[in-house]
Amino acid sequence: MNRLPALLWASLLVLLSACAQQPLRGTGDLGIVIERADGRVAVVDTTARSVLGRIEGLGDLSHASAVFSRDGRYAYIFGRDGGLTKVDILLQRIDKRVMQAGNSIGGAISQDGRLVVAQNYTPGGIKVFDAVTLELLSEVPTQSKVVGLADLPGQRFAYALFDKGEIWVSDLSDPRHPVTQQFPAGVQPYDGLVTPDGRHYMAGLFGEDGIALLDTWKPEAGARKILENYGRGQEKLPVFKMPHLRGWAVAGHQAYLPAIGRHEVLIVDKGTWKETGRIQVKGQPVFVMARPDGRQVWVNFAFPDNGWVQVIDTLKGEVVQTLQPGKAILHMEFTPRGEAVWLSARDDHTVSIYDTQTFARLATLPAKSPSGIFFTSRAARTGF
Amino acid sequence: MAATEPTPDRQRELIHLVRQDCGSCHGMQLTGGLGLPLTPQTLKDRPFDGLVATVYYGRPGTAMPPWKSIMSEKEAEWIVRQLVAGFPEDVR
Repeated sequence: MNRLPALLWASLLVLLSACAQQPLRGTGDLGIVIERADGRVAVVDTTARSVLGRIEGLGDLSHASAVFSRDGRYAYIFGRDGGLTKVDILLQRIDKRVMQAGNSIGGAISQDGRLVVAQNYTPGGIKVFDAVTLELLSEVPTQSKVVGLADLPGQRFAYALFDKGEIWVSDLSDPRHPVTQQFPAGVQPYDGLVTPDGRHYMAGLFGEDGIALLDTWKPEAGARKILENYGRGQEKLPVFKMPHLRGWAVAGHQAYLPAIGRHEVLIVDKGTWKETGRIQVKGQPVFVMARPDGRQVWVNFAFPDNGWVQVIDTLKGEVVQTLQPGKAILHMEFTPRGEAVWLSARDDHTVSIYDTQTFARLATLPAKSPSGIFFTSRAARTGF
Repeated sequence: MAATEPTPDRQRELIHLVRQDCGSCHGMQLTGGLGLPLTPQTLKDRPFDGLVATVYYGRPGTAMPPWKSIMSEKEAEWIVRQLVAGFPEDVR
């Protein structure tokens, strides 16, 4: 028998079966939803507004966050138990998984996509991994819980030290030999963010009224405080959940930030860094997120006001919509260009999708105790 | 006399509250986070009244808020008893 036709047949069959299993597609409209109680993520499609599948075995995801490889195929998920899992979104399976710490809070990916960095509470510090293999390359111990890790241009990462009140910037140009600068910041930084241009790093302070600001183009000037005394000496309300400073809510020259222990969103001018106003809202803000075009800012709230979501029109400078999308709204994520927003309702076990123009509910998807929602469009954004 | 127990419905609410909302800082498995671990192992040498006061009144100077607007002192005592014994799973 001639060998060639057999080989041809074999390769044809492989090709056919591959086609049947995995039609070619991009990942630009995909994302993941964390199912926090079950150590699982749902892979979602923002065009079809559907769940494509689920990936199990990710450990304790009671606090979890994700970043994406720059080809948008892999998500790196940082779990509470120190697990770092690289999942393949297209094949819907775990590609690599390592236990890298005892207690972890999140992570970031480098400008060139080659390094994944985890931020840890126990032991306190950051750890640097090869993004392909998850091999440990180096670590920076801090003797403090690390919060607010963000990628900066130039293979640098900024983060804040809750127990030490400092901002550190580590240069990972040589990933096996980090070079770190340390800056005094303020009392108990609880989270941090970087502006979309990668220039300014801010750490929100829990232990005092104010936000620490570091101009990473001029680090020698050190961190300074902005929005000082925004609480005006009044006693703050009990804070049942720390705000999250992911994402930079900015419209024109105004930025929107959550006030700690107050039912307020603070507005700051990003030229002068002075407060220009504040907006009264339903509860203590957790996420204050701008729609990608900046025209709207969506706000969710800490327990016990976590059934509400409010929308600020940044042109009017006021709340224009109040929604009740479900019980315990933990997170919001805009589709890449912002025509829709996905909201996770932990205690309703649903993810709701809203039209951001009409505020109509477009779809409701089932998800078990959903928390974070992360779309692959984050792959191309600094600070995400 | 036995301590007053919350009703079964309220117990379920409190279990959910501890796992989910205290869990924001202490972890859903109560193994710690920004807040300390709340496992029987870590709590066993702490005075009961001090733990109840921490839940009910919070700890000024730390991130631990007072929960007195959310629960009664008796309920805080019930929660602490469960934590020390090994906290029940959330069934919701």
